[in-house]
This record gives sequence, C-alpha cells and structure tokens, in this order.
Amino acid sequence: MTAMTTGAPVTGSTRADTAARGSATGGGGPFVYVMLCLLLLFALGPLVIFVFSALKTQSELATSPLSVPLTPQWHNFVTAWQQANMSAGLLNSLIVVAGTVAGVCVIAGCAAYAMARLDLPGAGTFTTYLLVTSSLPTQMFLVPLFYLWTRLNLYDTLFGLIVVYWGLFSPFATLLLRSFMLGIPRELEEAARIDGAGELRVLFRVILPIAAPGFLPIALVTALASYNEFLFAVTFIQDSAKLPVSTAFFSFQQGFSQDYTLFGAAGVIMVLPMLLLFLALQRRFIEGVSTSGLGG
Amino acid sequence: MLPLIVINVLVVLGPSVFALYSSFTEWSGTGAARWVGLANYAELAGDPEFHAALWHNILWTAFFLVVPMAMGLFGAFALTRIRRFRLLFRVVYFVPYIVASVVTAAIWQNLLSPDVGLGKVAGLNFFGSTTLALPTVAFVNNWAWWGFLVVVFLAAMQGVDPHLYEAAALDGAGPFRQFWSVTLPSIRPTFMFLGLMTIIWSFLSFDYVYVLTQGGPAGTTDVLSTLLYREAFASLRAGYASAIGVVMALISGVVVGVYLVMRSRKAWAI
Repeated sequence: MTAMTTGAPVTGSTRADTAARGSATGGGGPFVYVMLCLLLLFALGPLVIFVFSALKTQSELATSPLSVPLTPQWHNFVTAWQQANMSAGLLNSLIVVAGTVAGVCVIAGCAAYAMARLDLPGAGTFTTYLLVTSSLPTQMFLVPLFYLWTRLNLYDTLFGLIVVYWGLFSPFATLLLRSFMLGIPRELEEAARIDGAGELRVLFRVILPIAAPGFLPIALVTALASYNEFLFAVTFIQDSAKLPVSTAFFSFQQGFSQDYTLFGAAGVIMVLPMLLLFLALQRRFIEGVSTSGLGG
Repeated sequence: MLPLIVINVLVVLGPSVFALYSSFTEWSGTGAARWVGLANYAELAGDPEFHAALWHNILWTAFFLVVPMAMGLFGAFALTRIRRFRLLFRVVYFVPYIVASVVTAAIWQNLLSPDVGLGKVAGLNFFGSTTLALPTVAFVNNWAWWGFLVVVFLAAMQGVDPHLYEAAALDGAGPFRQFWSVTLPSIRPTFMFLGLMTIIWSFLSFDYVYVLTQGGPAGTTDVLSTLLYREAFASLRAGYASAIGVVMALISGVVVGVYLVMRSRKAWAI
C-alpha cells in the first residue's frame, strides 16, 4: 500500500490533487497486489489440487497429495462417470434446472408485473410477506412438505422436486424482477393501450421484450441454485435412477469405494458445466448475484 | 400473481403453518398427530443436544460475521484500488461460490484427509477431532462463501462518489482512514443487509455440516438444522423436529423484523 500512503501527507495543492485522484480510482502499490494474489491462491489452489488428485493413481495420491500428476490418469474420469452414475445424474439435473428456471421465470414474471403495474391493493404488504417467507428456515417446513408430497404422489419424482424449487426460488426472483419492471417507463404501455392492446398483449409485446435483460441474471442465479441444491434433493429423491447430480455425487462418496482419485474426477465432472456457463456469462452472473445480495 | 400465491401457499405457507401446529404434537411424520401442548418446547429447554447445537450456531454466526466479512471487505476495497486485472481477480474469487457444496466438501475432504492429504502430513484428523471439526467445517464453508461477499461489496463500493475519496485524501487521510470514513459509511445499507443475512443464513446452515461430519464426532459439530433433520428422519420425531424449526424461524423472524424496522426508519442512512 506504499503508493497510497506516500500520497497521503501532502502540502501542495497540485500534488494533493494528483495523489487523491490516484487513490480514488487506482494506484494500489505492490502490497495490494501481493494480498490480492494471496487471496487468488486461496480461491484457486484447492481447486487445482483437486483436479490434480483426479488425474493420479491412488498410490501416487497417497505418497504426494499436492504435486502435479506424473502421468495423467484420464481414465479416472471414465471410471468415475460410470461408477457415480454421472450420465443419469447430469440428465436429471438438466431436467430439474430447465424446469425450475422456466417455472420461476413465468411465476415470478407474472407476479412481478402484477405488483409493479396493476396497482393491486396490499402490494406493499405482499412485498414484505415475500421477504419474510424467503428468509424462513426451509428446514422448518421440510417435514410437513415431505408428508404432503408423499400424499400427493410428488415424492421421489423430479417434477415434485421442481415444484419445491419453484416455491423456494420464486419469491426472491419476484422481488428482483419487480424492482426491474418499476424502472420501465409507463408511457410505453399506455401508448400500446391507446392502440387497443389488452393486458396480456401489453405484457407479452411490450413489457417482456424490455424486461428480457432483467430475466437473464435471475435465470442464471436460479439455475446455479437448483443445480447445486442439496437439502431438498437428498430428502425428496430416493430412487437412484432419479438422483440429480448433487446427490448422485454424494451417494457415490458415501458408497463402498473410498477412492479419492475417483471422488476428484466425479467432482470435476459435476462442477464443469456450471463453471463453463459461469465463465461464458460471468458479467450477467455477477450482476444477478450482486443485485440479490444488495437487498430490497 | 395468482401462480406465485398458489405455489407459495402449497410449498411454503401451508407446510409452515402445519409445522407450527405439529410442534405442539407428538407426530412420527406419517399418520396421526397427538396434541401434547408445550411438551416439545419444555423438552427442548432441557435437552443438552439442543443447547449444544444452539451454541454451535452462535459460534458459527460469530465466525461468519467476522472472517468472511473481513475478507470480503478487504478484497473488495483492494480491488477498487487497482487498475489492472480487477475483473480477473473478481472472476477467480467468485469461482468457489459456483462449486456445489457437495463438491466443495469433497475438495477439502481430499485435501485435509488423514490418509492421503494434509491431515497425514500434519498428523491431524481435521474432521474427526472433537475440537478441530467445527472450525474446519466453518473454514470449508467460508472458502465457498467469501468471494460472494467480495462481489457484492465491490458492486456497492463502485457506487461511491470518487470526489469523497479526493476530499478525504486532501484532508490527509490514508487508505485505512479513507476506508473507515468514506467507504464503510457509503456502503452501510449493503453492509447491514449482508450482516443480518449472515445471521439468518448461519442459523440455517446445513449442507457442509451434514456432508462433512453429520454432526459428529460426538455431536461437536451439530447445528440446529442437522439436529432437526436427525430428529425428523432418523428418530421419526417430526413434532419435536418442528419445534426446533419453529425456534429457528423465531430467530430469523427477529432478524428480519430488525431489518424491516431499520429499513423503514432508514436507520443506516445517516
């Protein structure tokens, strides 16, 4: 942080001006970079070692757990793919993620539009209600929901899990979409109404095309959440053929084999699709996540 | 709006109301429930497992209010101070957040394993020790978490008016002073929101404990959620589990209440 501290105690106004500009927008010294690189290492190191472990033989892993693999054992991935039932797991997850994202977008989109535009009575109370229910402990209603789902024959079905995710993820998506839609100028819809468009037509022809950029970050955040979700997946899906990839991976780890190289390979397989999606769309991803963290 | 209400009542509100009811009953999770009044709550008050789990949640909350918040604030503030590679750092810090909890658990189980990892080198069984297990699990959870805070804090800090920094520097404020007097007050709404959310999420935390230690060894990592899960699905005492859930809901209800009151009074906008 040397560059900034030297810029601080200044007397001449011109020097102070340049120093201030430097510390406001940049000008971090080597110390800042060293600290940032240490954090980088903390984030990335364990992942790299994990990938290495996936490419070793068991004996090599036992003798040198942290090193670069001598001869990469690519067949570990094939073995892990088969033993951990990855093809079924990834397919199930694809169904769950697609169903969840589509459903959440429709449910939250309709509700957000209604709350932002139709001037319904009690909209403010409803906003608070959504905020409260989305911070309820999910474990609290887990058991009654489980009971209800077995009664409705939704237990142990992917559709049942998707419906649970709709319930879990749509309140927050609604709140985010609502604030996005409030930013759309009303004049556009009024113009459409004057031209004789009905409520639905206004929604589909005017609002949705403008709101589309608001949906993408929410779709990505929902996709990530439903792909990685564990508690409800492990509770509501029992049949090993229907396990989404998170619980397929977990049950593989809990199984007979205690082969850490295969855990590594299966883990890499599970993370890879989300990682690629993230890297491809990282700006949108981060936009969605940071707005969800900034609060109502 | 109707679909949202229907799905919300079906998945969240209905079961929650039923959970509240069942917390006053003796219920196995299937079949009929028998009304027992406050007996479950009375039992909770004297249950050493519940006390231990609650205490672990409090420790957990304290850890998450300090360590990841400090890392997040430091990382974000440092990123506002550099010109090159800001986006690269931000993306990399965020990657662990993308990794699923089950895989994060596996990464650290491999890395710290007493058979093939650092545990062997150090001669420690991180997840099997009654003293080390809870901090280790929290550490693993934090690895996947702090990058999220960097991203959110950075987004908030980028909204701070640069003229404020210029003025502070003119008055002779160093970087630490600028952070304390300019950055922190400017991002107070985000800071408060994430602080309160940290408390809520800490009391709901489940995945890492369940996957890494299942509450063991000897209950030293049990938290309310894993205790609830065990009571409901292993001991088949759904009524008792619901009572734990209601206590958890009350805790987060208080936090949400504080948040709503503060938001309506704009208590942080000084």
